[in-house]
Amino acid sequence: MTFPILSIIVFLPIVSGAVLLFLPSERRDLIYRFALGVAFLTFLLSVLVYFGFDIEGARYQFMEQYNWLPALGISYFVGVDGISAPLVLLTGIVIFTGVIISQRIDDRPREFFAFLFILASGVFGVFVALDMFALFFFYEIAVFPMYLLIALWGWKKTREYAAMKLTLYLFIGSVIALVGALAMYFASGLQTFNMLALEGAGFSASFQQLWFPFVFFGFAVLGGIFPFHNWSPDGHVAAPTAVSMFHAGVLMKLGAFAALRVGIMLMPEGAAYHLPWIILLSLVNVVYGAFIAMTQTDAKYMIGFSSVSHMGLVMMGFATLTYDGFVGAGVQMVSHGVMTALFFAVVGMFYDQTHTREMGKLGGLMKVMPFAGVAFIIGGLVSMGMPGFSGFIAEFPIFMGVWRSYPLVAIIAVISIVITAAYILRAVSRIFFGDIPAELEGHLHDIRPSEKLALGLLAFVLVSIGLFPGVMVPMIESGVNHINEIVHLIGGA
Amino acid sequence: MTTETLIWLVPLPPLLAFFLILLFTKQNNRLSHLVGVGAAFLSWLLGMLVFVAAVATEHFGEHPFASSVGWLPLGGDTFSIGVLIDPLSAITLFFVAWTVLMIFIYSIGYHNFGQPKGDHDVPGLPPHGAKVDGHKVPSIEPLYARFFAFIALFAFGMFTLVVSDNLLTLFVGWEIMGLCSYLLIGFWYAKPSAREAAKKAFMTTRVGDVFMLLGIVALYSATGTLNFREILYDNHMLMMLASVDSGVLGLSAAGLIGLLLFIGTVGKSAQWPLHVWLPDAMEGPTPVSAMIHAATMVSAGVYMIIRMFPLLSAGWHAGGDLTATMTTMAFIGAFTALFAATIAVTQRDIKRVLAYSTISQLGFMVAALGIGAYISAAFHLVTHAFFKALLFLGSGSVIHGVEHGVLHTGEDIDPQDMFNMGGLKDKMPTTFWTFLIGGFALSGFPLITAGFWSKDEILADAFANGHMAVFLTLALAALLTAFYTMRQITLTFLGKPRSKSAEHAHETPRTMTMPVTVLAVFAVAAGWVGIPEHFPLIGGLLPNWFHDFVGGTLFEHPEAVEFNMIPLLVSLGVALGGLALGYLVYRNASAEDPLRKPLGKLYTILENKYYFDEIYDRIFVQPAKRFAENFSYLFLDRDVIDGLLHAVARASFSLGAIFRNYFDLPVVNGSGDFTAALTQRFGRILRRVQTGSVQQYMLVAALVTFGGLFYYLFRVLQ
Repeated sequence: MTFPILSIIVFLPIVSGAVLLFLPSERRDLIYRFALGVAFLTFLLSVLVYFGFDIEGARYQFMEQYNWLPALGISYFVGVDGISAPLVLLTGIVIFTGVIISQRIDDRPREFFAFLFILASGVFGVFVALDMFALFFFYEIAVFPMYLLIALWGWKKTREYAAMKLTLYLFIGSVIALVGALAMYFASGLQTFNMLALEGAGFSASFQQLWFPFVFFGFAVLGGIFPFHNWSPDGHVAAPTAVSMFHAGVLMKLGAFAALRVGIMLMPEGAAYHLPWIILLSLVNVVYGAFIAMTQTDAKYMIGFSSVSHMGLVMMGFATLTYDGFVGAGVQMVSHGVMTALFFAVVGMFYDQTHTREMGKLGGLMKVMPFAGVAFIIGGLVSMGMPGFSGFIAEFPIFMGVWRSYPLVAIIAVISIVITAAYILRAVSRIFFGDIPAELEGHLHDIRPSEKLALGLLAFVLVSIGLFPGVMVPMIESGVNHINEIVHLIGGA
Repeated sequence: MTTETLIWLVPLPPLLAFFLILLFTKQNNRLSHLVGVGAAFLSWLLGMLVFVAAVATEHFGEHPFASSVGWLPLGGDTFSIGVLIDPLSAITLFFVAWTVLMIFIYSIGYHNFGQPKGDHDVPGLPPHGAKVDGHKVPSIEPLYARFFAFIALFAFGMFTLVVSDNLLTLFVGWEIMGLCSYLLIGFWYAKPSAREAAKKAFMTTRVGDVFMLLGIVALYSATGTLNFREILYDNHMLMMLASVDSGVLGLSAAGLIGLLLFIGTVGKSAQWPLHVWLPDAMEGPTPVSAMIHAATMVSAGVYMIIRMFPLLSAGWHAGGDLTATMTTMAFIGAFTALFAATIAVTQRDIKRVLAYSTISQLGFMVAALGIGAYISAAFHLVTHAFFKALLFLGSGSVIHGVEHGVLHTGEDIDPQDMFNMGGLKDKMPTTFWTFLIGGFALSGFPLITAGFWSKDEILADAFANGHMAVFLTLALAALLTAFYTMRQITLTFLGKPRSKSAEHAHETPRTMTMPVTVLAVFAVAAGWVGIPEHFPLIGGLLPNWFHDFVGGTLFEHPEAVEFNMIPLLVSLGVALGGLALGYLVYRNASAEDPLRKPLGKLYTILENKYYFDEIYDRIFVQPAKRFAENFSYLFLDRDVIDGLLHAVARASFSLGAIFRNYFDLPVVNGSGDFTAALTQRFGRILRRVQTGSVQQYMLVAALVTFGGLFYYLFRVLQ
């Protein structure tokens, strides 16, 4: 038997979370070190998966399959392909940096880290699941701790409202998706939740047209698709830093990923049928999110709405059903994940000192925390789609795909790039340049070395993909090539 | 080392300098400028070697220097990036290398190297001067080292753009310059006007950039390549693109792609209607960044469309009807040339006159390309880069001299206002003579200046091919050009000083006068390489090298236009007439512009630049903000979508209550409805959370964790 690396990645966090609860709560130092050790190990494992993935090899790798409820055709079945391996790496990066950022959490750190790890397990589980039931199972595991993390550790002003809103949206979304999934299960007649088997089930066109929206929109809620995006900025703002990073960086990818895996890949004809709608909605996401981000004065709200805009590009890439669009969307998921994690990390760092995120009340932070400033600017350049950074590598193919199918949509969507530049420049100049406000003068200090390490790692990923797209694009292409065999993308070989 | 290797190396020294200065030498001003200038010199040297090798190659157009490597895997095949030096990029590299090196050297003097630190100087503001032995003297720029880092990065962007063999890396260089222009215009970031100008420049050019990006995307979708030679030399493909309908505005695919790319140039080269950023960009350190924006970056926009000319003009043949895209270019170029020239006539700020003149001259090039005058456009690009660089550096020298007077006298006047100058001819002789040469070149002073030859060629081409509207518009613009140039020279250098500061102005250091002298040589000599063969008397004495060399870039060598007396006489007339008028009107000017009275209202309109800033603010900026804030965010997002959500939440609560009270309790007694149960479940969790009882939620966590695990293990073992 081969080394079950995926199962270890999936269960290491949740088991460690359980172990954490047995540590004495007053030993904060020990708790943090333990959490950091686990997070680092998880990160290393995700790196192993990423670099161990053989691009020339089989479609799914590191596969494991055990019976779970054989009577119902449910199995524990995991594996990664060229799309999900980068997402596993993304999750590893975000959990590791998220734990570093949370070193100073003073309210019940033990429970905080425990929930964070449960969340991580759920996320890993969704990315590697090849069984539809397992996917839903892990999906719920990921959503559940979000509620507690936000409601307990969040921003006092809105946390209860935001936590409730988020949970309701996501649960309702997943229930709708589940209905669609069950419809597939019964219609296939295969008595299995195995997604590889379901791919060949040959659902009729009318069946696909009817049920595709259930699955796609059910999951796309988590991806923040318009008009079901409102839970997300509120959630980002209310969540503590590490959770915001997870939330925007990874959790929203979960939605887009599941919409692809369960929706588009299992019901390609349904996808093709509903494509115009989805393009239109994601176009609204892209432009509308950018416009709203421009008006926000709270840094976290701005980033939250910018996520709505950028996630719109991911869904737009998928919805084009073109080869380029899929590749771009795959890169955009990673790029946006790392970028937003970096943004929220920086905001968290200065918020700890300034106790405000109102951009009008900030200024001159470049003088006290230049490292954080430069990292934020790098994130900003990614966000604007500057060549040389990962955002460009992602957006270029997406726009190519959109241009192929709907030139007019592409023309409208590029407006968002201009608006993005506007709000990013505004944020950078208000937060980091100008004068330090009088009431903050003398209360500020540079960020800690460990925090620099975290920001450095995130920025490194963004720049590496931007300068050497060869480190990621071929892997995502290998995934798209296999998808192409079942979905028949436009422009695919 | 092969020439190809040298080309790869050309952009690298400035990039290296950027990192070296920021990481290591920031604290040491001397070391920093040595690194910066040294890098510019290395790039210059490499550029000259490449240029010489290019000139020495027979039939260079067919055998350019090219090499490439794989970079971005896209859609099954790999996207390669590489370098290409063909005749067009060779001459561009030539003028870029020279002007960049001169800017670097000039910056040393301009930022007062060798002067003491200012008494109250702060980073982010221009230096205020220092007191030494009771005298006020100029003080060194507080962020001296950083300036060299930024312009080094800028130079890297420009060199990258020039040596690129494909649109994507060209776009990379293009964007790097956009970013650097933001950093440099906002260099004195503590000045709100500089911050605003920086943002405006970045945002306005960005509007053009995204359309250019779309053009690139469209081109790649249509052809599967972005390599210049693969697209521009493939007649079959160009024909195909010219005949396929794009489905947008009735344009052909080539027409649409060309139009999108051209919008990029409209932004970058400050053409109407995206011209508004360039005059404000003069907020940058006078005049070095201004010169960068006027002589280097804006040239990139024109360079790109000259480069893509075969695509822009696909479907057109010499002498035939213009394509829709070309007509657009001809219209926008000619209109901008005239429009900006009229504004330049009324400006008081010495740099703003030059800024509008730049917009106008770029309009000449765009119009030339629009009517198919490929070589004239390239020729004017080169000569303009030299004389405009000269003029900007000269104006910086003037301002520097007057600022010196301001420090000396303590007067409170604007050192950039030409009406505060006058009589500087004797105080600053080198600056005067070089500025005069540059000004005459800009006006197209006959025979001896470079500007004459290139401008004349554009007019001759427009006339010969019967584009009379373009011809007349450009001729009128040329007349105004000569007029405002002479106005500027007269106000600045001739007559009597109109302020104490102007009396006390004196010549700037050698690090500033040397670069302008070098550029002055080119402002004259650069024209000699392109004298038409059939020009009366002197035609044919020197071979029309420029035409032969640059013409080789194209697939089909363009024919030189036949010589005609009429455009020559017109161009002589407007140049000399404009200069004479300018002198006559302004030779006795006082603090009041003599044109203000006769022009009346029109003068106010021109002075306010046709109110474009105000109009844009009214019709784009404010509505966009209102749309975003009031409609999208407050109304749609918060009122409608959230309002609906809250209504649903309230409804489900009441529905739950109804079910509970009227159905559940009396009827089922114990079971619940899905909606009600869901909402109530959360209510319960929330309540429990609010008790803050650690044990309780710990229990929840543990239960979930172990429950899930246990169930899983149980099943597996079974």
